[in-house]
Amino acid sequence: MSEILTKIDIITRPINFEKFKAELAKIGVSGITVSDVKGTSLQKGYIETYRGVNRENSLHDRIKIEIVVCEVPVQDVVDVTRKFLSTGKPGDGKIFIYELANVVKISTGAEGYDALKDEK
Amino acid sequence: MQLADSVFMFVATMLVWLMTPGIALFYGGMVRSKNVLSTAMHSYMPMAVISLLWVVIGYSLAFSPGNTFIGGLDWVGLKGVGFEPGPYSDTIPHSLFMLFQMTFAVLTVSIIAGGIAERMKFSAFLIFSILWSLFVYAPVAHWVWGGGWLHAIGTIDFAGGNVVHISSGVAGLVLAIMLGKRKESANSSPHNLPLTFLGASLIWFGWYGFNVGSALTLDEVAMNVFVNTVVAAAAGIIGWLVVENMINKKPTMLGAVSGALAGLVAITPACGFVTPSASIIIGLIGGALCFWAIFSLKSKLGYDDALDAFGLHGIGGTWGGVATGLFATTSVNAGGADGLFYGDASLLWKSLVAIIATYIFVAVVTFIIAKITSMFVPLRVNEEDESVGLDISLHGEKAYHESI
Repeated sequence: MSEILTKIDIITRPINFEKFKAELAKIGVSGITVSDVKGTSLQKGYIETYRGVNRENSLHDRIKIEIVVCEVPVQDVVDVTRKFLSTGKPGDGKIFIYELANVVKISTGAEGYDALKDEK
Repeated sequence: MQLADSVFMFVATMLVWLMTPGIALFYGGMVRSKNVLSTAMHSYMPMAVISLLWVVIGYSLAFSPGNTFIGGLDWVGLKGVGFEPGPYSDTIPHSLFMLFQMTFAVLTVSIIAGGIAERMKFSAFLIFSILWSLFVYAPVAHWVWGGGWLHAIGTIDFAGGNVVHISSGVAGLVLAIMLGKRKESANSSPHNLPLTFLGASLIWFGWYGFNVGSALTLDEVAMNVFVNTVVAAAAGIIGWLVVENMINKKPTMLGAVSGALAGLVAITPACGFVTPSASIIIGLIGGALCFWAIFSLKSKLGYDDALDAFGLHGIGGTWGGVATGLFATTSVNAGGADGLFYGDASLLWKSLVAIIATYIFVAVVTFIIAKITSMFVPLRVNEEDESVGLDISLHGEKAYHESI
């Protein structure tokens, strides 16, 4: 197994997602996993008010996009992410990049790069 | 007997009936998702328990001839309460009047649930509601409407400012203080405000039956009540939002629906005795005052009236009673009285006597009933059940399921 598998986690604002998903497909990323998450970092909290009572909420709504690539260059994913998801303000989020030990496709048992490939 | 009046009162009764499930939704949306079902149950169970209690003995204690303090036992088990008109209206069946009043008795108990949300034991609330309906609601209803002493001294309360709103609000406050604060009261935000919006709309809708139906016929007084009810609710929204926007810089939807209910509570005792322009002022001040009570008074005094049973119904009802003493005029209802602004100060004093007597009586008896209840079952759930949420720990069900 010579190919290098890379896991990319992107935690970012829940905006512009449909456009971003289409751009990922264009550079060849075939599968993504998305979840709603909450997080806090440098960005300031926001105020909610119920019947006049203020509550500061420091946890912002974010989405977490998980991608595994082999053939597609990691830099392409980083470039597309920065191009479409950057607003320049605090709270844009982070990209986390890891080396991955293996991938196994549950239906066929295919491993590594074969597990990521689309078999028609 | 008249068919027209009977049909009108039949519709009014059904409208008021709808307010109780409305309260369950209104409150349910304001708690966290782990307590929505238990909160709805607190407000829904009076539909079962108080309805039965009412036909067995409650109606008799409130409305049958008795002494100045409480009714007698003549109408226990609805003996003599049938199709023939009773002493309160010549034009509708006595049983229909009894059912109309039943919806009030049920609603009053369900309002109390706002003070105790997210921490009171279901069994304790059931025992409490039965005792409370017998020993607080029935006497206070008798004082005002059943020929008791408040009626005798000449106070006027058209649709139940004292009987329904002050009594439930004060009871909610006393229970909230006795139970203590919720563990996470500082950060328990409403989980579903659209549910609250739906509930509040059903409550407003039902209020037309509540206020207009209290005339028992669709005459000139009743139509004035209808107009007053509409404009007071509308003005209540404006009153709340203006003050809220001044203080917090944002008008909220929860504020808008709360303001509507504040206006409706405030106009309830006065609606049959004041002019539409007075109703606008009563509604505006009602909305602003209830916002102040909830925003400022509650945090200053530090009680955890979770969903503002006292803030809305207690404060709104108190203002409504005072406003009746100020704005009432015999020009809209010859059976009413003139208030301070129409040259007679005595009605205001009578209103204050009624309010203070209701506060003291309700607070003392509510305290005693809660103490007695706590001898049989703890009032409050234990810490673990509270943090897991009352839906799972007391009822074994969850409102919302994710896929896992």
